[in-house]
Amino acid sequence: MKIIITTVSPTIESEVDSRFGRGAYLLVIDTDTLEWQAHPNPGVSASGGAGIQAAQFVTEHKADAVVSGDFGPHAFEALHAAGVPMYLFGNSRTAQDVIARFKAGQLEQVGAATRDDCHHEEKA
Amino acid sequence: MRVAVASGKGGTGKTTVATSLALCLAADRTQTQPAARPDLPLFLDCDVEAPNAHLFLKPTFERRQEVGLLIPRVDEAKCTHCGKCAEVCQYHAIAVLGKKVLVFPQLCHGCGSCTLICPEYAISEVQDVMGVLESGTTPSGIAFARGVMNVGEPMATPIIRQLKKWALPTLRADQIVILDASPGTSCPVVESVRGADFLLLVTEPTPFGLHDLKLAAQVGRELNLSMGVVVNRDGIGDGGVDDFCETAGLPILMRIPFDRAIAEGIAQGQTLVEIRPEYLTLFQKMFLQITERER
Repeated sequence: MKIIITTVSPTIESEVDSRFGRGAYLLVIDTDTLEWQAHPNPGVSASGGAGIQAAQFVTEHKADAVVSGDFGPHAFEALHAAGVPMYLFGNSRTAQDVIARFKAGQLEQVGAATRDDCHHEEKA
Repeated sequence: MRVAVASGKGGTGKTTVATSLALCLAADRTQTQPAARPDLPLFLDCDVEAPNAHLFLKPTFERRQEVGLLIPRVDEAKCTHCGKCAEVCQYHAIAVLGKKVLVFPQLCHGCGSCTLICPEYAISEVQDVMGVLESGTTPSGIAFARGVMNVGEPMATPIIRQLKKWALPTLRADQIVILDASPGTSCPVVESVRGADFLLLVTEPTPFGLHDLKLAAQVGRELNLSMGVVVNRDGIGDGGVDDFCETAGLPILMRIPFDRAIAEGIAQGQTLVEIRPEYLTLFQKMFLQITERER
């Protein structure tokens, strides 16, 4: 299974990043082989719509699931539309913890956005 | 001639100054040319997130129009999910997720790039209503227009832009326009003051007032506007605003003292020139100074 985890640095030993749209890295992991690849999150530098950009990355990489600490309303809507299940890593500390708990079915799946609203900055 | 009133810091008295300036111009015209009244000013309340000038000028609204942006609608039957629309969008307002396309109206700036770039002509544009424009006349004959943004909308700028477009064509060449901007120095303020002949910055002589006055003056300079300052609540705070105005070459055109009676009157919906009629002449003098300094 291919899953994507938001992390603070580009390795599988990295700590998890609690933000989805603006988490530093998106770690793409094959949970069977444990092969992984780290990508800078394209949403980080977005002036707005970061979660949407990160969600597009997730669908482009055809991930089977995505794990983060938080999903905003736009990210949720996008990932939900794309049919990608979202999980919260809860108190997992590193990407490796997350993988172990994901495989053991211990992560909570998200049924709605975990935040009410994004901060909308004027961008015009 | 267009005079924009801005401040940076909120609550310094933009609307107090703007409404009294409009009233003094209206009074001036009615006194000098009571029959024709050719030059009654137009007042635009550009603070579309929290318009309040109507509380003081008490217009009767006669025209009303919904306002918004043209946002994309995707014809799923024609869409090949090539992703070009999502790629071109600077605001991530349109996303292609596998075989689905999603539009996020609140992020869309209505630029139309997605519609233009779609190779399948699958995108058409539909109006997304964000608020309403209203116009009318006040009892003293001031033409009044405002925008009101719907609660929950994140972007004020398109409404201000359209308010100006909507209200200004009705303008006679010699008509004076007063634009009351929102607080701050971000896009809505830039849109409000852009194109003005004079920028009146209302501040208070406190460190906070000064801090934001500096920012607002930078905006004015960037837009190449002639500027002047009104110091409200004069007598409180410190001399920082005076020092700054002197060094920056910003003329202080009026000082309004920190006065309980003024505050009480304003809290009851009265304008400064109603509370203190002597300000009619002071505002008229200030306006003369503005016309001399313009450009």
